[in-house]
Amino acid sequence: MLTDITLGQYFPGSSFLHRLDPRTKLVGTVLFVVAIFLAEGYAAYGLVTAFAALTVLLSGVPVLMVARSIRPLWLIILITVLIHLFSNPGTVIYKLGPLTATLEGARQGALMAARLVFLIVMSSLLTFTTSPIVLTDGIERLLNPFRRLGLPAHELAMMMTIALRFIPTLLEETDRIMKAQMARGADFARGNIVKRAKNMVPLLVPLFISAFRRADELAVAMEARCYRGGENRTRMKELRLAARDGVAFAAVIALVALLGALRWNVPLS
Amino acid sequence: MPIVLKDVSYVYMPGTPYERTALKDICLTVAEGEFIGVIGHTGSGKSTLVQHMNGLLKPTRGVVEVDGVNLAAKGDAARLARRKVGMVFQYPEHQLFEETVFDDVAFGPRNLGLPADEVEERVRLALDFVGLDFSAFAKRSPFRLSGGQMRRVAIAGVVALNPDYLILDEPSAGLDPRGRDEIFSEVVRLHETTGVTVVLISHNMEEVARLVKRLVVMHDGAISLDGPPREIFRHGAELKAAGVDVPGVTALMERLARRGLDVDAAALTVDEAAASIAAAVRRRKSC
Repeated sequence: MLTDITLGQYFPGSSFLHRLDPRTKLVGTVLFVVAIFLAEGYAAYGLVTAFAALTVLLSGVPVLMVARSIRPLWLIILITVLIHLFSNPGTVIYKLGPLTATLEGARQGALMAARLVFLIVMSSLLTFTTSPIVLTDGIERLLNPFRRLGLPAHELAMMMTIALRFIPTLLEETDRIMKAQMARGADFARGNIVKRAKNMVPLLVPLFISAFRRADELAVAMEARCYRGGENRTRMKELRLAARDGVAFAAVIALVALLGALRWNVPLS
Repeated sequence: MPIVLKDVSYVYMPGTPYERTALKDICLTVAEGEFIGVIGHTGSGKSTLVQHMNGLLKPTRGVVEVDGVNLAAKGDAARLARRKVGMVFQYPEHQLFEETVFDDVAFGPRNLGLPADEVEERVRLALDFVGLDFSAFAKRSPFRLSGGQMRRVAIAGVVALNPDYLILDEPSAGLDPRGRDEIFSEVVRLHETTGVTVVLISHNMEEVARLVKRLVVMHDGAISLDGPPREIFRHGAELKAAGVDVPGVTALMERLARRGLDVDAAALTVDEAAASIAAAVRRRKSC
């Protein structure tokens, strides 16, 4: 039931993408997002599509599973397309009351939708190929230089790790409490909105109580093991950049440079 | 009428790398009025199995029928059939949510749409069954009770539904020995006075062996043994494979028998074992 969601779930494997350093993947994803917004014209979009397709293939994650990650956000994509379709001046192709759909709008909408899809696919790939623990490790290392400015990098990473760690646990808990209350005749699916909201009480109260109980137990367990923040902590798994990180990084930089060149008409030869 | 599982298989998260077959072609009939123990190692599929018995999980393959009604069917008949099966989950006290003990136990009966006076009657009986005094506890907050008391309130919440079948998933987990004994004696009393069919899940052979008349041993998603406890204990190898221990008493008797003392290896309780050993020693002295 609830445990069937895919967004943000690690897909174990040992592909090229899996073995990349999390820092490379994080910076690479950010650069790719920049690339998406630099893209202009069909050639540029073709390039971005090719790059995204190659990355998906390299990840070894089933294409269907990657596609499934778009599903939770399809409504946002649809709304984006509609807004662009009706808000651009140009050749009218359809009239609906005060709204006019234009050819330019359709093109703009399609491009925006493509951007969103790329955004979702690449960020899902990041979480598909990087376990949450490794990911937060990477974030912590990337934020480390900002510690001098008072940014609690380790604490932020620890909070993220804990939050990520407890998502499946809380989903399981929700599932169990739901079943227990359903076994006592609770109905979460029927009735109007007010009634449904009321019906959530038997689910939410136990869920909150258990979340606080877990937080409390975890805090005690951490203190019992003398946890006192990030100062002077060493790690079991040190992050190390390898040759493949250089290759991946170069590829993303090349993509950004190419798209920039295409956008500002810089002669390539 | 019984609960019947026909060739039931269940797969968790099919189509993902986390896919796992939890149940493989289970055939099981729980007859009315039985007191059954389901035993197995962690992950053997016992919790998954019992969640099929009241339709909380729908089998990937196979059919589950309660009193002749297929639980997977749509409509009122299936819903009524599901209601006949009361389910007490592991750590049931984690599902408490109301402000008073009364309201929490009344949650189920109210969902059944019963009139207020009957709800109160049901709550009274249910609290009585789990050994909590109605006048002392009804108005208290369930969150201010001890762990054992909370668990009983939660069990009362299921008993108040007047189920024909009562399933308890590890009802003694996390309780001290006395709390455990009390919960079990209450379940036995409920079974004896109302005739409710009980399915008791546990990973601890010691505690179920002396309570139940029939044991079902789960191993790796399948039923490996099914029969009266005394017979089950003769299958030491299968039990070992399933990762469950025979009770200490039985283990002792087996070792004595292997050393040549003529004792009854199927003794279940300390008293039975003591009598059997005494008799064997006496026989040996006389010759």
